[in-house]
Amino acid sequence: MKKLLNTLFITTPDIYLSLKGENVVITHENQQLGRFPLHNFEAICTFGYAGASPKLMYACAEKNINLTFLSRSGRFLARVVGESKGNVILRKTQYRLSENEVESAKIARNFIFAKIANQKWILERMARDYPLRIDVPMFKQVSSELTTAMKAILVTEDLERLRGLEGQAATAYFKLFDQMILQQKDIFYFRNRNRRPPTDNVNALLSLAYTLLASDVTSALETVGLDAYVGYLHRDRPGRASLALDVMEELRGVMADRFVLKMINKKMMQSTDFVQKENGAVLLTDDGRRKFIKAWQERKQESLTHPYLNEKINWGLVPHAQAILLARYLRGDIEEYPPFLWK
Amino acid sequence: MVNDDVDYLMLSGIQHFRFCSRQWALIHIEQQWAENVLTIEGQHVHEKADQPFLREKRGNKLIVRAMPIRSHSLKTNGICDVVEFYEHKDGVPIHGETGTYLPIPVEYKRGKPKRGQEDVVQLVAQVMCLEEMLLCDIPAAYLFYDEIKRRVKVDITDEMRNEVQSMFKQMHHYFDRRHTPKVKTGKHCVSCSLQNLCMPELMSSTTVRSYMERYL
Ligand code: SF4
Repeated sequence: MKKLLNTLFITTPDIYLSLKGENVVITHENQQLGRFPLHNFEAICTFGYAGASPKLMYACAEKNINLTFLSRSGRFLARVVGESKGNVILRKTQYRLSENEVESAKIARNFIFAKIANQKWILERMARDYPLRIDVPMFKQVSSELTTAMKAILVTEDLERLRGLEGQAATAYFKLFDQMILQQKDIFYFRNRNRRPPTDNVNALLSLAYTLLASDVTSALETVGLDAYVGYLHRDRPGRASLALDVMEELRGVMADRFVLKMINKKMMQSTDFVQKENGAVLLTDDGRRKFIKAWQERKQESLTHPYLNEKINWGLVPHAQAILLARYLRGDIEEYPPFLWK
Repeated sequence: MVNDDVDYLMLSGIQHFRFCSRQWALIHIEQQWAENVLTIEGQHVHEKADQPFLREKRGNKLIVRAMPIRSHSLKTNGICDVVEFYEHKDGVPIHGETGTYLPIPVEYKRGKPKRGQEDVVQLVAQVMCLEEMLLCDIPAAYLFYDEIKRRVKVDITDEMRNEVQSMFKQMHHYFDRRHTPKVKTGKHCVSCSLQNLCMPELMSSTTVRSYMERYL
């Protein structure tokens, strides 16, 4: 259970939610774990649900409290929606800004700024932790290139230019990715980013991590009532969750790349976890995928202090924190969208 | 011109607006509403007064409860807890009654008289509605406070009427743009029932820009 701003997150599985008087009551196998005044919350979000009483759903709908059900792994299942127009206004703002280049760029640049900042601090951390294993001057040099890009991004109001700066930074960062692989270099190597299909083990892991992250971010956006398909940096394309891809940019490095590196460097993945197809595509075996996803879920339980909110949460809620902050920005409460930045 | 009821604002909102324009917007534009002890008690006090169209005659006084009111010029509608009509030669005729009457609204409030003007502006807005509906002048009205069990007389000045008018103008302006304003936070936030939704701390924390620059 976690209160993030004013959302109640139930992250323990098999919790039943009900209403007693003015309180949400949280029970697990007939044992009461807690109760909170319902009016404290703007939203309630439950992962891996046992259920919620119709009375609570009724009260949530009536009081315009967003009650969302996610699967245990964080996939969006359903939301109880009342008749209020609060969400409509939020979505209309989202759409309106997406049609305006300058307004879109203002949001997009903060996604990109954070993406590059987070990549930069991965490099810095590596240079500090493994000075004997990596080419420190090269890491320092790329790090300062990334800083230059970040400074340029802060004053850019042009989407094309943002995409250009982002592309350059990504190239510089991925040039060093292979050096950050410190174990089992014979089976884990990185030449360049490839996908559809990935043709080496590292790219296979990156692809899976990005897929898992995209699904978490999509859920988080839907949970706060945003449309995951209308983005600012990524243009609308049928079937593409553009806003989820936007928000994901800032989380790729910290949540996916670092996780993949950890799985490799801690020798949690072996060559037997992969199969190579005739066309060169590399896939994970069922066991390999299961192992990877299990570790991913465990990682989400680890805690951190959110850099902007200064609230202690677990990694699994980071996408939700960003979705809430984005909604707050769209509602005009914050002068800029505060992206997730991690040193 | 036909008036579109959809854009009429709830009269009682003016008390929220007077207390904090953001609080008003959260309730009336974003439709977020956190009931807390204060507001639940508030409803309780109202139950007595909330009996639609109950007319009661006491001597030369006609008492009407829960009277729907509106003003086309302010574009607002709402309900008066109690309107007392006094038989008076300078008054106006009332449908279904003989003689002429002067209306005096009485608004019921929990607690005791407040230092802020939020109860007063609501009462003035009610007065302005009644004046417009009945074509009369109402020089004074009352606030009844539950805790002191007494009514407090409020003289209605032109200055007050102007203020209420300009407040409604601002409210319509925000409402038309569906804009929730940012405001100065302060001591009054402690007693605000929407603190959890408003997150005043977000408005006073450091700028996003300086937060980002720390990572350069
Ligand atoms: S918490 Fe403060 S700023 Fe926010 S609505 Fe209430 S009074 Fe206004």
